Amino acid sequence: MNNELLTGDLIRLTAEDPQIYAETFSRWGRDSEYTRLLDNDPARMPSITKTKEWFEKFSEKEQVNETFFLVRSLEGNTLIGFVGLFGIEWNHGDAWVGIGIGDRQYWGKGYGTDAMRVILRYAFTELNLHRITLGVFEYNSRAIRSYEKAGFIIEGRFRQQLHREGRHWDEIMMGILREEWMENEK
Amino acid sequence: MKNDLLTGALVRLAAFDPQTMAEALSRWGRDSEYWRLLAADPARLHSAKATREWLEKEMDNKLSSFYLFSIRTLEDDSLVGEIGLEGVVWSHSESFVGISLGERRNWGKGYGTDAMRILLRYAFTELNLARVSLDVFEYNPRAIRSYEKAGFKVEGRARQFLNRDGRRWDLIFMGILRDEWLNRKQTSTIA
Amino acid sequence: MSDMMEIQTPLFEGQLICLAPIDHDKDPEIESQWTHDSEFMRMLSTEPMRPLSPAQVKKKYEAIEKDLEESKNLFYFTIRLRADDHLLGFARLYWVEWTNGAGMLKLGIGSRTDRGHGYGSEALRLMLRYAFTELNLHRLSATIPEYNPVALHVFAKAGFVEEVRRRQAINRDGRRWDLIHVGILREEWLARLA
Repeated sequence: MNNELLTGDLIRLTAEDPQIYAETFSRWGRDSEYTRLLDNDPARMPSITKTKEWFEKFSEKEQVNETFFLVRSLEGNTLIGFVGLFGIEWNHGDAWVGIGIGDRQYWGKGYGTDAMRVILRYAFTELNLHRITLGVFEYNSRAIRSYEKAGFIIEGRFRQQLHREGRHWDEIMMGILREEWMENEK
Repeated sequence: MKNDLLTGALVRLAAFDPQTMAEALSRWGRDSEYWRLLAADPARLHSAKATREWLEKEMDNKLSSFYLFSIRTLEDDSLVGEIGLEGVVWSHSESFVGISLGERRNWGKGYGTDAMRILLRYAFTELNLARVSLDVFEYNPRAIRSYEKAGFKVEGRARQFLNRDGRRWDLIFMGILRDEWLNRKQTSTIA
Repeated sequence: MSDMMEIQTPLFEGQLICLAPIDHDKDPEIESQWTHDSEFMRMLSTEPMRPLSPAQVKKKYEAIEKDLEESKNLFYFTIRLRADDHLLGFARLYWVEWTNGAGMLKLGIGSRTDRGHGYGSEALRLMLRYAFTELNLHRLSATIPEYNPVALHVFAKAGFVEEVRRRQAINRDGRRWDLIHVGILREEWLARLA
């Protein structure tokens, strides 16, 4: 049995109190390139206070259909992002994954891919899910490459789902099955 | 795909309405044998109001791990009992099941076995659980027989768990696995 | 079909059916029966089917009304027969993303005897017109399980195309099924009307 379930090669997943990470999250929220890579909602900038309140409310309720982790670099223990599973449909064994690396210094260096590997291992060997789904915007080529490396397969596109900078963009849907993940791990 | 998922040969499973069930549970609970077959807590008499408040509170928090149903006869749609999965542990795909039939005149007619068969079909083909567990008192042989007919196997006993009427009794644990249930399907009357 | 675009043409009335608000007194009893029909519930949703009492349906309606008031991302309608106003089903536009012009659509005709008469197709036509000419959305999406060929056909006839196939996303009745996302763009809908 793997007893370093939440540790990867470059990062580890943690659970922490909102007051520790609210300021960092709020700062990342001021980087519109980050928010536009991450989110369908219009870019906004929540204050540190609002961010803290939101996460406190979120952690108060017992989460049955979601899990949320912070991502910290192993070297230096820097908080670099988050990763989580949400919309877990237990009866079907299907869940969505969401990931964001807020710290630009850690873009394009394999940290996101590593965090994705760790969360997939958690999903398939601890939550015993059958498949994981994600959506990624067509203009986020770095992420698309990272997800393909992690084993995700493109399952289709929501055509013209986003409207930004005066044009429409597709949202690409990807999925990975447990048996595929196990094959890749060999 | 199987339709009429919640319909059996004698009964059907229907909505578990807190108000209706609170009144029924309170009434049934006045027969101490009903209570003593079902619960380890000392027999007490609960009002419908208290029962409803308790049900509403329980169901409010745990909607994603409780799947409760009322049991109604196909013949005249009368409410004869309740059955449900209480506390699904999703990452392990397993849950406990509990069942009770309210009135003595409805005991021994096969309603319980029929309801349990429907519930297992729901557990294994809608919730896709890997196993279902239950516990039952040694002094309830009618229930033990019914559970065995539905496919449960005895897995263990907590010896001398209960103290009632001047002696101690075992608590018996039973379980059924999805694979076992899938194989039974071919021989049972409910497909 | 330029008359479809006129302001006078009713948004909420078709030939046989109409879109209407919830009737909090009459509807809970009827919808309670639908929730006991496993065939209907399994066609409609991937959530485990769960029968509800009329009181529980009433509470659900209250939550919908609250959401309609507060969120502005939800548009919920009942589908009723014009002849006698009886409840046939529901239709809703949800998860509306205003800045992107995107929304999700779900509708269902609850009773087995009310299906197969074209009520669903008619309701779908009204919903498309509402979404594209009143809400001014750019695209609509719906999810349909692979085992619901009737819905796949109704949506395809209305102009939706298959966009995403989530492999083995559903586990029901002892086997796995795909979940299909279908979508339609406003320009496609307009082209079909011409």
